[in-house]
Amino acid sequence: MLLKVTDLDISYGSKATVTGANIELKKGEILSIVGESGSGKTTVIRAIMGCLPGNGHVSGGNIIFDGRNLLDNTPQQWREMCGTEISMIFQDSGNMINPIRRIGEQFIDYILTHAPQISRREAYDLAIKMLDDVRMPNPDNVMRSYPFELSGGMRQRVGIALAMTFSPKLLLADEPTSALDVTTQAQIIRQIVDVRDEYNAAVIIVTHNLGVASYMSNKIVVMQNGMVVESGLREEIIGDPQHEYTKELLAAVPVVGGKRYYA
Amino acid sequence: MPENVKLHPHENCNCDRDGVALPPEIVLEVKNLTKKFQVDGGKVLTACDKVNLNAYKGQTLGIIGESGCGKSTLVRTILQIHPATEGEVIFEGQNILKLEGEALRQNRRKIQMVFQDPTAAFNPKMRVKDILCEPLLNFGLLKNSEVDAKAAELLQMVELPVEFKDRFPHSMSGGQRQRLGIARALSLEPQIIVCDEATSALDVSVQEKICELLVRLQREKDITYLFICHDIGLVDLMSHQVAVMYLGNVVELLEKGRLSVNGVHPYTKALIKSIFKVDFKPGEKIQPLEGDIPSPLALPLGCPFQSRCEYCQEICRSEKPQLQEIKKGHFAACHFVK
Repeated sequence: MLLKVTDLDISYGSKATVTGANIELKKGEILSIVGESGSGKTTVIRAIMGCLPGNGHVSGGNIIFDGRNLLDNTPQQWREMCGTEISMIFQDSGNMINPIRRIGEQFIDYILTHAPQISRREAYDLAIKMLDDVRMPNPDNVMRSYPFELSGGMRQRVGIALAMTFSPKLLLADEPTSALDVTTQAQIIRQIVDVRDEYNAAVIIVTHNLGVASYMSNKIVVMQNGMVVESGLREEIIGDPQHEYTKELLAAVPVVGGKRYYA
Repeated sequence: MPENVKLHPHENCNCDRDGVALPPEIVLEVKNLTKKFQVDGGKVLTACDKVNLNAYKGQTLGIIGESGCGKSTLVRTILQIHPATEGEVIFEGQNILKLEGEALRQNRRKIQMVFQDPTAAFNPKMRVKDILCEPLLNFGLLKNSEVDAKAAELLQMVELPVEFKDRFPHSMSGGQRQRLGIARALSLEPQIIVCDEATSALDVSVQEKICELLVRLQREKDITYLFICHDIGLVDLMSHQVAVMYLGNVVELLEKGRLSVNGVHPYTKALIKSIFKVDFKPGEKIQPLEGDIPSPLALPLGCPFQSRCEYCQEICRSEKPQLQEIKKGHFAACHFVK
């Protein structure tokens, strides 16, 4: 078991946001967390990454990753882990990249921060290789570009390339395709599946698109109002949902070729 | 689909009480509409290229395409948020692009818009009742003393609690704010409402409720919607007729029937293949369309879709296919679709 989250409680100040969340994940597995906005799905993966915003804190439970409890980490240990063993892709990678610096400078900085022993030249080559791996056309050109010069899909690919640089054991993705078109979404999802196959990493993806969850996941966790209402293998959740809320979510997806309002 | 939205009993909604079909009434006619933007360096960006569309009374015209295909520019030009380069928009027997001054201002009452981002669409310092009644006060259709009653009526129309009228938009959820946006658009009782990705920022379950509301209001008030979206599933669900746009061109137009079943243009088919279905069979692979939409600064000679089309031939690079009727009420612009 790579990751085992047991009875996790998270609060912002004194307000409980997530209660009693349980998640288990093996190497090479993809797990989706689905649910509506405000159901606490992003909060859970932020807790795993150790980056709860503001006054958010874990008030109960354990997060065991690779045999150790992350909640006992010192800030120094968090810094060593984030970006190398656990990394994250955000909803819009464009927002997490500095808008006034070129992609290349930031990519090299990122590599040198985590691997100070290698040279600038080697860092550049590694960055090019990573961009190439995520099927970025013309990586040299991308390295010279500013974030605003790239399309949303390309920025998201830069985000994936950054996140996979140190072959993390766990990749967290927070609504990585919600800001994208259907066509770009399909490209990015395929990319994340490829990354899993190539690096044998475990992936947790937060999404409200049940189609995406159904396509890529081994396991699905359904959250509502800060609680896990149902979790299990993909086939069980999609094929035989037990909880009312899961059924509601599944019924709400507009189906191509399904029912419509007009005959 | 939940039970509370009734499906229309007939194949076609345009029938009288005895089930005799009436011809649909055209509300809005877009003729050869072209919009070009001048960009730095003397270059020209073609956002819409000779678009022809008709919208019918009480029906929904779905417009679908990727970001940058010109669908938002198209409706913004129709609404005269920016001036058109060429073409006509006929509404109530006149070309509304020629209107000026007070006539233009009065015309805005009849075409209203619901925006994509319900957070950015309101002044954060205004209370809900002031947001809802501002359009009416603007046109002198409401007295200040009537604001509370009118706001309550509009809130009820979109199924929000009446107590919300004294709140600020920030204390409402995304779905509630989108209902507020719809209520504001309804306040002037327009004939046409433009929904520019009105549900894209919402969760599936909230999206479904908003769509139900839109459909109910359309039935009650005979409103025409221009429904912009990039989700084929949703457009299929909502629209009477669908136009597919690519790089400023309408490449397929279906006046009846379903795009997901009847779509023939290679781009439409590629869009359908990019959709994630809930009931994927294990091992089934998605086939995304490769690459990005080309730059509208340098439109290619020939077919706009040539760079990403798997059937691209010599003729596609030299000659631009025109929108042709391939079946009754079904148009496509492709050399190889007959």
